[in-house]
Amino acid sequence: MVGITSYGAYIPLQRINRKVLANATGWSTSATSLPGEKAVANYDEDSVTMAVGASIDCLTGFDRNKVGGVYFATTTPPYREKQSAGIITTALDLRPDVRAADFADSVKAGTHALLAACDAVKAGSEKNMIVCAADCRLGRPGSAQEVIFGEAGAAFMVSDTDVIATLEGSYTLTYDFQDQWRADGEKFNRMWEDRWARDEGYTKFIPEAINGLLKKYKLNIKDFAKVIIPCIYLREHQGMAKALQLDEKQVQKEMLTTVGDTGTANSLIMLVAALEDAKPGDKILVTSYGNGADALFFQVTEHIEKAKNRRGIKKQLASRKELTNYDRYSSFRDIAPMEAGFRGEVGPTKVSMAWRERKVILALCGARCKRCGTPQYPYQRVCVNPKCGAIDEMEYYRFSDKKAKLFSYTSDSLAYSVSPPEMYGVVEFDGGGRFAFNLTDCEAESLAVDMPLEMTFRRKYVDNVRGIHGYFWKAMPPRA
Amino acid sequence: MGSIKGIRDKVAIIGMGCTKFGEHWDKSKNDLIYEATRDALADAKMEPKDIEAAWGGTWVSGFDGRCLADPLKLQYIPVTRVENACASGSDAFRNACYAVAAGAYDICLAVGFEKLKDSGWSGLPDQQSLPNNRYPDRTAPGMFALMATTYFSKYKLSPEEGKRMIGLVSVKSHHNGTLNPRAHLRREVTIEQVMNAPIVAWPLGLFDCCGVSDGAAAAIVCRADVAKKYRTDPVYVKALQISVCPSEGELRADYDFTTVKATVRAGEAAYAEAGIKNPREEISMAELHDCFSITEAVTCEDLKFSPKGKVKQDIESGFFNLDGGLPVQPDGGLKSFGHPIGASGVRMLFEMYLQLQGKADKRQIKNPKFGLTHNLGGIPVSNTVSVLIIGL
Repeated sequence: MVGITSYGAYIPLQRINRKVLANATGWSTSATSLPGEKAVANYDEDSVTMAVGASIDCLTGFDRNKVGGVYFATTTPPYREKQSAGIITTALDLRPDVRAADFADSVKAGTHALLAACDAVKAGSEKNMIVCAADCRLGRPGSAQEVIFGEAGAAFMVSDTDVIATLEGSYTLTYDFQDQWRADGEKFNRMWEDRWARDEGYTKFIPEAINGLLKKYKLNIKDFAKVIIPCIYLREHQGMAKALQLDEKQVQKEMLTTVGDTGTANSLIMLVAALEDAKPGDKILVTSYGNGADALFFQVTEHIEKAKNRRGIKKQLASRKELTNYDRYSSFRDIAPMEAGFRGEVGPTKVSMAWRERKVILALCGARCKRCGTPQYPYQRVCVNPKCGAIDEMEYYRFSDKKAKLFSYTSDSLAYSVSPPEMYGVVEFDGGGRFAFNLTDCEAESLAVDMPLEMTFRRKYVDNVRGIHGYFWKAMPPRA
Repeated sequence: MGSIKGIRDKVAIIGMGCTKFGEHWDKSKNDLIYEATRDALADAKMEPKDIEAAWGGTWVSGFDGRCLADPLKLQYIPVTRVENACASGSDAFRNACYAVAAGAYDICLAVGFEKLKDSGWSGLPDQQSLPNNRYPDRTAPGMFALMATTYFSKYKLSPEEGKRMIGLVSVKSHHNGTLNPRAHLRREVTIEQVMNAPIVAWPLGLFDCCGVSDGAAAAIVCRADVAKKYRTDPVYVKALQISVCPSEGELRADYDFTTVKATVRAGEAAYAEAGIKNPREEISMAELHDCFSITEAVTCEDLKFSPKGKVKQDIESGFFNLDGGLPVQPDGGLKSFGHPIGASGVRMLFEMYLQLQGKADKRQIKNPKFGLTHNLGGIPVSNTVSVLIIGL
């Protein structure tokens, strides 16, 4: 049987209460009165880093050499041409002989990537495919989209043994329906009239897909323990559930008021939440919406119990920090860029160096001396232990998954940072090895010698002149 | 370390010059080189044609031997540019001395210079403005702040106690700087001003950091046995040592940031070369690389002026003040001069030279015998350090 064998999620630490948005832009327009908050990526996060975060959660306890490929779904990739999934495979330190593909351009791409991975496994072409999805869509300041959109990522492993939820069937609708769009080169999403999107698209396609699936597999909606309907409109989300005659406990809780509409990840983070509470035998119906709709039918197996030690949704919803300053948020997103000064000017990336050192930079691999066992970062050819001094007796050693603690630190107001002060310190890894890393997702006042840390994949810089995104690892206090 | 032979008492300084340090908006690096060398030649009563070989020390203000040959119009003699981070000037001097000691030349010139204030940057301009994927966007104050953080933590100093300790270092240096017309920043500061100054990189505040300036200094050296032919009061080279760290500090858990190993190594080698057994008693005065106040404090321990972890007592008792047991930064140090990278090492020598000749005016220390200079190029975890000793 083919289906999901593991799951993971990434919800960024920072949340913006929608009242903060209303206070900042309400003078211009009262776009929506949506309650709650939305998750927002930190200045050093994007779709790729959040997909890596979710994938790491999904890979808990799994041998990364056995991963067969990565499908990444997003409508907000860093590059128009240059594969994002390839950045992810490298950051995850996967083998080079894996399949990787980006699924893009529609928020339905998340469930479509999941279907494609299941098909690849079913066909016998691949095993242990990672499907990850993340989005960082932007609404213009004062727009309804700015209020609705949130940022998060989800990941699944798809294979054919020890499956926790088997894919039993699917039904897909594809329509050239234009309600939300973003033309090539545009920063902000556009939307046709709200009533059009809501009444002619959202509330029609999802029931059509669900009914199509029920008919195709001769099922009754009552057969499902959970039904996942992506939530873009609170009232219509409830209305659709009522129209489909769903019991309240059958409806997977919306995440619009806690995380926001996360694009390609929207249905998938709800699926992660559903799996966290699932019992063997449960049937789960997942729908997605965007230029049509997908409906996927999963059946939970007895292996579900093995996949409970994930960071997942509940823990990451609880691990949060409020961003109360709209101006800071808008500078993070380059909506209102702040003065950077000379130190903020980015020089040209040495692309050849980045390629040569890809395992060191993107996968955070250093060396371990085969003679004396000393772990060392970055990779050395001559052992850093002067009592050993072995030459060319090194093996790669991955630091990204090691726990660590802070040896020394500073918060630097002279160094350039999008979110000053720039924080960095010397990070000591459990098991040996240490290096200087930026510190993120924490406050300068909270830093202390010996505080526990873990590594997180982040966007280190954006060279807007040359269109290059640089990624590296930073250290942060453990989230949960 | 092996057995260091060295060149003790084989080379003498017979002329020195030093520009005023500061933001020389009206002067190029060539102006600064010319002025420092002109004064050194006048001091030695020599002309440019007497120079047989020359070394120019600079970090980023020149690229090859032409950096000196061009402004000084040196006529087809060998000239070499030396770069060894903040020790560039000291290393240029070391090369000139070795050439004389080797018997290759009789008269050599060393010039340290730097023109930083054409960069438009506040703080030290970043020469690696290429995005370096592997390091934080760190600054010099930030990297030395790590030293303060761990020093305070290791010796259980509260932030207030720690900041007071290093603050007194700056108060002392600023006082000395007020007595020096060549210094860039010439005003007294109080411990309260230092403690309450804006933070640059926690825990280092504005007055814990040296300034950024332009400047140049020059030295003319000759064989010791003929030095008296040129002047009655030559100063002799006692030790020239450099130690370079294999950039391991960041990688190895046994490095704790409260010391700079290269300073310890270069210091031990210099004391061996100069025949000094008890530096705290025998060294008369020192110009240390006080790029940051914490650096000076840690260096006093590394050079064995103070016992490990005990420099606080010496700082508080005024041991390093002008009238103390071992005056440090009698000229005001980097704190008052700023730090034009390649110039600083030779500027430090200039003060020791003046003091040994009894020409330091209001700053004069009584009967000095040995003067020590210390340059720390780089950052606590990765550096190149020079320790030079000159004397009578």
